[in-house]
Amino acid sequence: MQPLFLRGPSITLRAIILIALSIGIMIADHRWHHLEKVRGVIESYVIYPLRYTVNLPVSFFDWMDKSLSSHQALLEENQQYQKAQLRYRVQLQKLSVLEKENERLRYMLSASPKVGEPVLVAELLSVDQDPYRQQVVLNKGRKDKVYIGQPIIDAWGVMGQIIYLADSSSTAMLISDPSHAIPVQVNRSGLRSTAFGTGNASELELRYIPHNADIQIGDLIVASGLGQRFPPNYPVARIVKIERPVGEAFATVLAEPLAHLDKSREVLLVWHNPPVDDAGSKKNAKQPEQGASK
Amino acid sequence: MITTRCAQVVIPTMAVALMLSILPLPEWAQMFRPDWVALVLIYWVMAMPERVGVTVAWVFGLLLDVAQGSILGQHALGLVVISYIVLMQYSRIRVFSLLQQAIVVFFLLLIKQLLVLWVNGIIGLSPSIGSYFIPSLVGAALWPWLFLSLRNIRRKFTLTKHY
Repeated sequence: MQPLFLRGPSITLRAIILIALSIGIMIADHRWHHLEKVRGVIESYVIYPLRYTVNLPVSFFDWMDKSLSSHQALLEENQQYQKAQLRYRVQLQKLSVLEKENERLRYMLSASPKVGEPVLVAELLSVDQDPYRQQVVLNKGRKDKVYIGQPIIDAWGVMGQIIYLADSSSTAMLISDPSHAIPVQVNRSGLRSTAFGTGNASELELRYIPHNADIQIGDLIVASGLGQRFPPNYPVARIVKIERPVGEAFATVLAEPLAHLDKSREVLLVWHNPPVDDAGSKKNAKQPEQGASK
Repeated sequence: MITTRCAQVVIPTMAVALMLSILPLPEWAQMFRPDWVALVLIYWVMAMPERVGVTVAWVFGLLLDVAQGSILGQHALGLVVISYIVLMQYSRIRVFSLLQQAIVVFFLLLIKQLLVLWVNGIIGLSPSIGSYFIPSLVGAALWPWLFLSLRNIRRKFTLTKHY
């Protein structure tokens, strides 16, 4: 039997309690990041199956595409890859010589040698996130020793960093998110700055650059490694616009991210300064200072 | 409280709504994506106010927050507020025609959207999307269709005899 009127006061009371609770949770989550565990548990047990289901058609079509493509096409593709591989190997030979030389020079300057970081390939789940944020979901999580703050890169440049962890998935904030900033350096002149996200996947903003700074359109911006979160010298963006408004203290500098933030399907997780408290599970847990030598 | 029998229908439909809200869409279509979770929730609160209420709204709000990567509690707050409004007015909304209901749904979705944007503004995510009311419009336009299909589902499972 359905009552004609619901018990009003109890509903109002319940609504007020839940609203207060929501506000409390928002503050706890935003200010103190207390609720990452809760989020991880919900993500692992409730949301991940949903994400997996949503992603299924996409992976199915990928698989169909691969299995139905002709023998000839596959052969050609294979040949192309082999040629590319050969070309890269030749370049790599030179690179290894250069690397050794660099190491020797650094040794002579008694600076720390640059160590290659271990990486892991992850795939993006094709799911959409909050349209007001720039985030992606990866198919690797705590099981794969991913950690919060871990940088991700794609074949073209730095993409972002991990912010939420679940058992077998993780969420990464892209460098174009309005609440993201990455310490960078102009490759040509060595000028240091910080690149802030704008919420637009094709635009970063370099702030606090004085009018007379040595910076030009087309300059390559690389991660400076300051702040210890991103590995140094990975390309980040290219300068596309410089304005020097009269009467303002700093120039307006816009850059376009090199990583294909909205197109890449495969990304690399880089182990760079992983947290030490996770004892033993990581190699090179603590690396010597890098980039901060000036 | 929600009983097992009605949970068997409410939970799958809400799960589908959650999946629709993370379904990948091309860039241009994302601004038209209606708030599926809010739409389905409005229907269930209206159809079974004695079973689906603010608590259910809050739980699914949290799930939506995790699914979308927004801060926890943001969508939960919006869904609690609109489900409370529906709970207070359900007997009135029920007798409306589908068109009138769609108008009410538009305003409910808009309230939720504004609450979400308000929180975004407080934490410093300035909304770059000016046309914030479009998802609510799309949602209202979908309402008659959604209402009829969910009513069919509910009748098939004979959850409530009346209405």
